Amino acid sequence: MRTLQQIFAVTWLNFLNLSHRVASSSVAVVGVAAVVLVFAAVLSMAKGFERTMTLAGSEDTAIIIRSGSTSELASGLSNEQVLIVETAPGVLRDGDQAVVSAELYVLVDIRKKSNDSEANVPFRGVGPRAFDVRDSTGLTEGRMFEPGKNELVVGRAAQSEFEGLDLGTSIKFGRTAWTVVGVFEADGGVAESEVWTDIRVLQGAYRRGNSFQTVRVRLDDRDSLAGLEEALKNDPRLDVDVYSERQFYSSQAQGTSTFIRVLGYPITFLMAIGAVFGALNSMYSSVSARGKEIATLRALGFGPISVLVSTMIESTLLALIGGLLGGAIAFLAFNGFQVSTLSNASFSQVVFDFAVTADLLAQGIVTALIIGLIGGFLPALRAARLPVAQALREL
Amino acid sequence: MKYFGLIWRNVWRKKIRTSLTILSVLVAFLLFALLNALGQAMSGGGAMTGAVRLVVIDKVSLINFLPLSHKNKIAQIPGVAVVSQQSWFGGFYQDPKNQFPQFPVVPDEYFALYPEFVMPEEQMEAWKNNRTGAVIGRDLAELYGLKVGDRIPIQSTIFTRKEGGRTWEFDIEGIFDTTDPKGGTALLLFRHDYFAEANTFGDGFVGWYTLRLAEGADPVEVANAIDLQFANSPNETETSTEAAFAASFAKQFGNIALIVTMILGAVFFTLLLVAGNTMSQSVRERIAELAVLKTLGFKDGTVLGIVLTESVLIMAMGGLLGVALGWLAGLAIGSAMAMFVPGGIVVSTEIVLLAVALMIGAGVLAGIFPALKAMRLSIVDALARG
Repeated sequence: MRTLQQIFAVTWLNFLNLSHRVASSSVAVVGVAAVVLVFAAVLSMAKGFERTMTLAGSEDTAIIIRSGSTSELASGLSNEQVLIVETAPGVLRDGDQAVVSAELYVLVDIRKKSNDSEANVPFRGVGPRAFDVRDSTGLTEGRMFEPGKNELVVGRAAQSEFEGLDLGTSIKFGRTAWTVVGVFEADGGVAESEVWTDIRVLQGAYRRGNSFQTVRVRLDDRDSLAGLEEALKNDPRLDVDVYSERQFYSSQAQGTSTFIRVLGYPITFLMAIGAVFGALNSMYSSVSARGKEIATLRALGFGPISVLVSTMIESTLLALIGGLLGGAIAFLAFNGFQVSTLSNASFSQVVFDFAVTADLLAQGIVTALIIGLIGGFLPALRAARLPVAQALREL
Repeated sequence: MKYFGLIWRNVWRKKIRTSLTILSVLVAFLLFALLNALGQAMSGGGAMTGAVRLVVIDKVSLINFLPLSHKNKIAQIPGVAVVSQQSWFGGFYQDPKNQFPQFPVVPDEYFALYPEFVMPEEQMEAWKNNRTGAVIGRDLAELYGLKVGDRIPIQSTIFTRKEGGRTWEFDIEGIFDTTDPKGGTALLLFRHDYFAEANTFGDGFVGWYTLRLAEGADPVEVANAIDLQFANSPNETETSTEAAFAASFAKQFGNIALIVTMILGAVFFTLLLVAGNTMSQSVRERIAELAVLKTLGFKDGTVLGIVLTESVLIMAMGGLLGVALGWLAGLAIGSAMAMFVPGGIVVSTEIVLLAVALMIGAGVLAGIFPALKAMRLSIVDALARG
């Protein structure tokens, strides 16, 4: 109990005379803030990217893709194969029609607004059921394209990221002119990075005959996936892989988000080491500035433990302030910041927002506390071991 | 320089403090060197060596094929020395993780386009005599322990063989090296005639064309002539230099440069604070001493110089160590990720020079206020306080 009281008293004293050590204390605070800021900023990219990729993925929809294809771009399916898929077990039926969308996925070069450079924008040819096979995806402005016409509906994110996709404008891809007639949203999912048109028009424009790349089917039940997969795998006329949309997109997200993490964690680790040196520095100078004071306290009968603990509390608190500051700046500056990148898996642009999530902030704060504890320990040990007589003589 | 002894002793007056400062500077410059090297590697490497090459792709998108019939028309355009086709095969070796570029090419033309790739003559002859032969770069051979005479199965994610299946087997007939120190060789080349004959899409299309300019030809003029030739055809083209093509592709990844710059900004801001704090503490403690120096007749400028040099010295010690460590780390990481960054992660001379400039700049910036304070000391006041 006595020790606790002493710790409290000494900590309070440290706090009161903190104003004399503003310069070196703020160095420690800013150092830790920078670590947390960089950590949260870099990893919020990975978070945001994953969120966009997985948001779109539904458990109720299956993607059928040519076997061995790692992306929609590399896949290819014939009209006959699509017809076989439509009649497979497990596919949701609306009256006598299967709820499926056979699609063509190509790329088109459109300029990015942010760096005025051409980018691989996904250009998808879809059937009339495109919205029915996707979760929470729908038109929010304008109208749907008319079958057979060179008309586009564009994702909300694509519209804000790429040039020339405003409602009503005409845009040329090669020799063909297209008119933007509608805008759709997909709850922030990856589909919003895409530009859609009628599958038949796209097949013609890209000279793809009557071929497709993927089929999305709505399952009549979430558990029908295994049955559907078995039926399609066993059909000798087909050579396909079957995934739930969620599985497919999360495997697509892996490459890019691993890359960001592989970059982000070592950078944070290195910076954290730098910040530990900064914290050590300012705590050592705090201890040496308070040398006389500490010696006086010890002479008055305060124990070494209270001096040690109070010094560590000081450094941890400073680090906590830094962590909160860095986290707050990261949140205010980056959360919701829209960027787009080339996804390794799909070879096309994915537009996403930085997501500074609660768990990232918590990780950042924990990092800050660790820096504070490590940075405070050695100086605290020195403070506790300060030879009283000698320190007092220096008065 | 005659004061170096004095400065050196002052630097180490507080060993722990100076060491900690040097260590945090070290970390900052380690990050600086590594991130810049990585940024350069990602943006397609440094300057191009050797001949200027142009790349001709489909205007609408890189993924669209161009007809093989374009080849003769391009070859006839004045200023074009060699033109040849390549296609993206999109294959992997054994496991989907083992991805590296494979291109169907025309052997003689390809090696004429890329004179930096060198391979023994007899291996070239062997390749030309074997339709299912392939040659690989030294980097790839070392990565998977492959040698001449091996048979390598490549599974394409795009192209199916007419005989069925997407696993293509090639006999390794040669291993080539590069004379370009910045260029990587983690790639496999096989014969376009075999590819055209054996794949289900059939003959007559290619991914893109690469061409080498004749001596003295203007790249912009040639590029315009090519694009004009195919304007208003069903397959319009877009021609750019290899460097511009690589740069525009790198830009697709987004503003990596911007993010790197932001991180480095945060790092350097922190670094400056730490070093500046050390310097001002150190000057504050030595006020009496500096006053004694001035009493002894040291000029204001000399005192300023001594304090500034001390600050720059601390930066330089940490910075040079950091850059050296960054260089080592770059070598290690680069060889571990040889497939993704073919040229390796190289801390180039430009990066080192930039780092040295930053060390001096940051040292001066961190030291200038304490140094000015030291210079303006009034001897009487300072001695009275001390």
